[in-house]
Amino acid sequence: MSETRTIKSRGAVTIDVETCKGCELCIVACPPRVLSMSTEVNQLGVHYPRLHPGCTGCAACLMVCPDFCFEVFRFEEPVLTTIEEPA
Amino acid sequence: MTTSQPAGPVLDSDAAPEGARKIADLKPDLLLTGEHNLCPGCGEPLAVRVYLEALQELGVSRETVMVAGIGCYTMFTGTVDLDLVQALHGRAPSVATGIKRMLPDKVVFTLQGDGDMVNEGLQEVLHTAARGERVTCILLNNGVFGETGGHMTATSVLGQRTKSSLEGRDAEYHGYPILIGDLVSRLQGAAYVARGSVHNAGAVARTKRMLRRAFETQLAGDGFSFVEVLTMCPTGWFIPTADGPDYMHETLGEVHVMGELKVDGMVKTTEELHAENVRKQHEVEAELERGGVDL
Ligand code: SF4
Ligand code: SF4
Ligand code: SF4
Repeated sequence: MSETRTIKSRGAVTIDVETCKGCELCIVACPPRVLSMSTEVNQLGVHYPRLHPGCTGCAACLMVCPDFCFEVFRFEEPVLTTIEEPA
Repeated sequence: MTTSQPAGPVLDSDAAPEGARKIADLKPDLLLTGEHNLCPGCGEPLAVRVYLEALQELGVSRETVMVAGIGCYTMFTGTVDLDLVQALHGRAPSVATGIKRMLPDKVVFTLQGDGDMVNEGLQEVLHTAARGERVTCILLNNGVFGETGGHMTATSVLGQRTKSSLEGRDAEYHGYPILIGDLVSRLQGAAYVARGSVHNAGAVARTKRMLRRAFETQLAGDGFSFVEVLTMCPTGWFIPTADGPDYMHETLGEVHVMGELKVDGMVKTTEELHAENVRKQHEVEAELERGGVDL
């Protein structure tokens, strides 16, 4: 059995994954916790963040990233993503 | 650091999303490149971002002279788009004094670390503050000599582990830390003194406001202005990068208390600063919940 759930994204980010040094400061700083670390590694050999639905465009990730990896965007109308979740 | 995995698929984050408005750029405009060789999780680039943004917002970047001290942050002297002079260890406030006296219309500020300012050149900053020179000194305080290997500095807090205090700083043997912001705030020539921190996004935003206020103090000709910023040094502290912000807030941040220490000649007590911090942190958390702090 599974249920569907809709997640609203009011914003989005771009991530410069090749510059990232894998410190994970953005992961802990994101209020809705929509960033996760990759299992793959970049040219520096470190894991980097990836974006999931639910970003608010708050820019907390950008303000705590020591390596200037983020650009932050906001949508005029929230973008909806429907996901399936085990009930 | 373990965090719960976010729900939903991985979204494309290589290119700008369609139909979205960009609200914040990769790097500050006054930084020629975002690349640097500081360690993963270092707090210094966060402070560099906010002072550059503050100068840009005030529209004075072309009228500004930066005087750099010596530390890991000195790496940025090659990439910040400002007029710049490199000073010897700890001497930046005196160099800044000379520049400001010859070029009074310029905005002159120093960028120094705790090793540079509080160990190597303590008298420079104190005399500059006491004389009420119309310059701004910015201190990046992490309680270690990061660049030269992570030894204890005069601002390391009691119990702090460094290369030269492996069992933790011991008052009996190493003496007590110098709370430089508090010391400077007691000097009559100091017009504005604040202590920021970069342990979370809200603190970064507050620190930026402090830096703006410090530069405004200088522009108004009111006297010496000083902003200390607590920055993470996970390398020097022997901790995982993701633990840096909390570690800093709970150790250095407990002793070097964040806040505006002196505004308009009024010095605040530690209790007042603590109360203000709790209130401000709630405010920014609410702002972040609503979707963003004022950048
Ligand atoms: S902009 Fe805010 S919500 Fe979006 S990823 Fe960054 S920290 Fe998370
Ligand atoms: S804060 Fe920046 S450097 Fe650190 S993991 Fe996130 S994107 Fe990478
Ligand atoms: S040694 Fe510390 S201050 Fe220096 S770059 Fe590394 S983390 Fe930053």
